[in-house]
Amino acid sequence: MGAAPHIIESCRAARGGDGGLESQPLNAPVATDIDWPLATHQVLARLGFGVVGYVPDAGHKRLIELCQADARMRSVVMTTEEEGIGLAAGAWLGGAKCALLMQSSGVGNIVNALGMVHECRIPVLIVVTMRGEYGEFNPWQVPMGQATAEVLRAMGVAVQQANAAAEVPAHVDAAARLAFGGYCAAAVLISQRVIGIKSFQEQAEQ
Amino acid sequence: MTLLRRDVVKALLAERGELLVVAGLGSTAWDCTAAGDSPLTFPMWGAMGCAAMMGLGLALAQPRRRVLVLTGDGEMLMGLGSLATIGVQKPQNLMVAVIDNERYGETGMQATHTAHGVNLAAMARAAGFASGVLVRDMAGVAALRHSLQQGAGPHFAQIKVAAEKVPLVLPPRDGALLKNRFRQALLGASAALQ
Repeated sequence: MGAAPHIIESCRAARGGDGGLESQPLNAPVATDIDWPLATHQVLARLGFGVVGYVPDAGHKRLIELCQADARMRSVVMTTEEEGIGLAAGAWLGGAKCALLMQSSGVGNIVNALGMVHECRIPVLIVVTMRGEYGEFNPWQVPMGQATAEVLRAMGVAVQQANAAAEVPAHVDAAARLAFGGYCAAAVLISQRVIGIKSFQEQAEQ
Repeated sequence: MTLLRRDVVKALLAERGELLVVAGLGSTAWDCTAAGDSPLTFPMWGAMGCAAMMGLGLALAQPRRRVLVLTGDGEMLMGLGSLATIGVQKPQNLMVAVIDNERYGETGMQATHTAHGVNLAAMARAAGFASGVLVRDMAGVAALRHSLQQGAGPHFAQIKVAAEKVPLVLPPRDGALLKNRFRQALLGASAALQ
């Protein structure tokens, strides 16, 4: 008896029951009937986010497209995530709310700039799709993925972790309220369990 | 005759009206303070490389106001990608002006890449700015003032100045204070309730 049975049971439950881990490939997203990108976009719209900064990312693809198509939001494609901290700070100086969409590797690119957010008490919502954690195949992603939450917390960012699709919209809503109610940065980390584990082989076959 | 940084910044900020200013960390922030501290100037004391993007965020949030980013060559070099990002967004109300003394002034006046010929103005043009000019005299600065008030941007200027040491004239350091005074001056008392 090595593996804890309750973990496997909870995975089964998260995947929607009878199929279980055995019948589904690990790299498929957890089975769900919630469209988390759509529901998350609706949260951002309802809370009045006027600027959304992002670096293109597979996990955020659909949410980015929804934001791009929404005339109420100015979507800003960036060359590196660090630009997003400046963008968010400038937007807030001008009275606009900014959300940033990035991958966990991008968190490594914003660390010093987060010092400004902390010192100036600038509210910003950061939605992070994880790599380097649940079932990652690329070892180069693992160090940053494993350090993401710790790095954010070390810089004063409030961290919430969403491990199932159904949790994502509520986490984003709560983190946004925390950030803009508390004048701070708040991040939601969306697990690879939600997004599906990237496999270059599978992508090549698509 | 080589331009002096304090003359240039003073000229750019004279009769500034409703102009919103982001000042990159170090000498350009002190230059802005020397020209007259204002709640509508946000001087940065850190986040090196972020000044141009702060200007973009502000310009997008306040499309009816003119926004000027005044920063140094070293600070701009640390955020070159933001030129591409601004070039994509094309905010007409934004100007990024680099006070280029070809030195890292706060760390011992070491040469920056612009001392070796890196042309930031050409980079900005190539990235999609509406204009990108290299300025070496006060007539050029006067032309910039015109673009700043009326022209459709985004504009970029690389203003060559002497590598001189000037007296420190420091703005407040408290980041929350700087943010709050800016927002209150721009958005009114309701800013505190947002």
